[in-house]
Amino acid sequence: MTAQIIPSRTAAEAALAEIFASAKAGLPGSGAVEKLREESFAAFARGGLPHRRIESWHYTDLRALMREALPIAPAPTRERRAALRKAAAALPANSLVLVDGVFAAELSGKLPEGVKVTSLSAALAEDRPGILESLAAAWAEADDAIVSLNAALMRDGVVIDVAPGASLAAPLHIVYASVAEKPAARFSRSLVKVGAGACLRLNEMSLGAGGRAGQTNNALIVDVGEGAEVGHTLSLTDTRPGSLRLETFLVRVAARAKFDSFALVTGGGLMRRQIFKLFAGPDAKGTLRGVSLLRGREHADTTLFVRHAATGCEGRQAFRYILDEESTGVFQGKVVVEPGAQKTDGKMLAKAIMLSDAATMNSRPELEIFADDVICGHGATCGGLNADQLFYLETRGLPPPEAEALLLEAFANELIDDIGHADLVAAYRAEVAAWLAARARSETRSVA
Amino acid sequence: MLEIKNLNVAIGGRRILNDLDLKVAAGEVAAIMGPNGSGKSTLAYVIAGKEDYEVLSGEVLLDGENVLELSPDERAAKGLFLAFQYPVEIPGVATMTFLKAALNAQRKQRGEEELSIPEFMKRVKKAGDMLDIKPEMLRRALNVGFSGGEKKRMDIMQMALLEPRFAILDETDSGLDIDAVRIVADGVNALRSRQRGFLVITHYPRLLEHIVPDTVHVMAGGRIVRSGGKELASELERTGYREYAEEAA
Repeated sequence: MTAQIIPSRTAAEAALAEIFASAKAGLPGSGAVEKLREESFAAFARGGLPHRRIESWHYTDLRALMREALPIAPAPTRERRAALRKAAAALPANSLVLVDGVFAAELSGKLPEGVKVTSLSAALAEDRPGILESLAAAWAEADDAIVSLNAALMRDGVVIDVAPGASLAAPLHIVYASVAEKPAARFSRSLVKVGAGACLRLNEMSLGAGGRAGQTNNALIVDVGEGAEVGHTLSLTDTRPGSLRLETFLVRVAARAKFDSFALVTGGGLMRRQIFKLFAGPDAKGTLRGVSLLRGREHADTTLFVRHAATGCEGRQAFRYILDEESTGVFQGKVVVEPGAQKTDGKMLAKAIMLSDAATMNSRPELEIFADDVICGHGATCGGLNADQLFYLETRGLPPPEAEALLLEAFANELIDDIGHADLVAAYRAEVAAWLAARARSETRSVA
Repeated sequence: MLEIKNLNVAIGGRRILNDLDLKVAAGEVAAIMGPNGSGKSTLAYVIAGKEDYEVLSGEVLLDGENVLELSPDERAAKGLFLAFQYPVEIPGVATMTFLKAALNAQRKQRGEEELSIPEFMKRVKKAGDMLDIKPEMLRRALNVGFSGGEKKRMDIMQMALLEPRFAILDETDSGLDIDAVRIVADGVNALRSRQRGFLVITHYPRLLEHIVPDTVHVMAGGRIVRSGGKELASELERTGYREYAEEAA
């Protein structure tokens, strides 16, 4: 006789079941979409919140860390909307604003030629052709409890279509605004389809506008068409202490396409970013880069699944962490080269600078290669600042805190400088400088 | 100007400098020569303030002030400069950013105003021209991808910009071709003045043909074993270090 072990549900899991039961009737989509939601929630409920026994979640035990599930954010009040309108006016051109996970067309500016944007809720409600297929294809790539949960509860998002051959001069911004007065949860899913030969720069950022700590489960699916070029940046720097941020990013790169992505993570709470990258067509190039700057008891996890399913693709993955105080960094990178993916060129490197004995870095690069004519390599380093570099700077007159800050800034900026867009480079550099300045201020306070 | 008294230094329990005494007056260029392992670079690092060394006893006085009690940046602000045997590469730090940070940090420690951008640029151009440093090099990350000669020229350019009172050149000629030695030497000679002292550390008399010293000291076994004028360098060219190595042993 075999006994089936059914783990007891945690308070957060029970609350999520209740939230789904009460929210599903009001979520967009009917028929096939409803079925999708039910199946997704059932898939989530079977395993519950991912925990340390699930390999890809080993270092971020969400089951233990997520004590409660917050209710879905209500529609913003009139005052909050007014406050947000002011803040949104200062946003760059081509900004698409999601307010607590819901697309706010009235806050979003005029779009350039060659780009069509609708809300996910409208696309689901009208059962737009291809939308379910796009979502289902994303699933197959990302078999993960948090992705299932996102699919079950996705409330809204943006569906962006870039016409084949279109070339956008300025970046397109997806802005996540949080305005709920009480801590709340947000579930958004956005789809970006970039037509063959098109050229797009996509930037994701946050807008606080008086929002409170909360829980976010966002998913972004980017489909890069044949020969298209996409530059992507993500700023996860406005996260408040005590918040939970789950970010899933799926990208499919078609033949001869180029895809480049950079993310900056700073700030409060618990953050898990998972990236699923598929090289679906031959001779494509894809780069993933990221910098995480952590202090206090912050926890940031970046987990990659890169799959080479076509020949001659070049994959680059470079992630850097600066860990201070009692923070925890997690980097997991799994690169799979399928049997037919000959001539794959893949490199992955994770580097961490530890500024405190109490900080923790968990680094796990993995390679699974099933083709015999490939170049693949990975590495991970973890250590303090280079003593020779510090000494050199000090002999030139820089006091130790300034020398340290200069080296840390350089460590982060090296990846930022590769973004390849002057305004975005300046913006991300400024975020690093602000983090270092805040760190210096708190060090001064603690010394005093 | 610089006076080293009875300096004893160890690293990892091993004694490197033994009762070392040395005096360099303002305006003087003193050369230190000696075989490998005689403690020349240790002396340079200890004067500049590297942490790895244990100073057992002694003093290093710059104009009467014991710099051993100061941190490396404080020593720099007092006017000490070390040109490294192996200048360090610092990826991600643009050379210009570094130069400005260094110059202003020293000025701040001395209670002086920050330099205006035009004034800073003017000084950088002047120092860069003297050391044949192209603007393109200044835009790159500090010393990253620089040839050995470029790194040494960059170090001397920093010296020209920071205008120290006392400079130590630690085997600045190592790894340089003849032309690079000349450029570096010209840079150093241009900075010679009655107020500034130099300690030039080298294995080879070749550098001293370009930077002609006022005094030459032979170091062996962690102490100065012989001192003389510039003619001592030529003598060493003929005799080598053998007799001193034996003396040290």
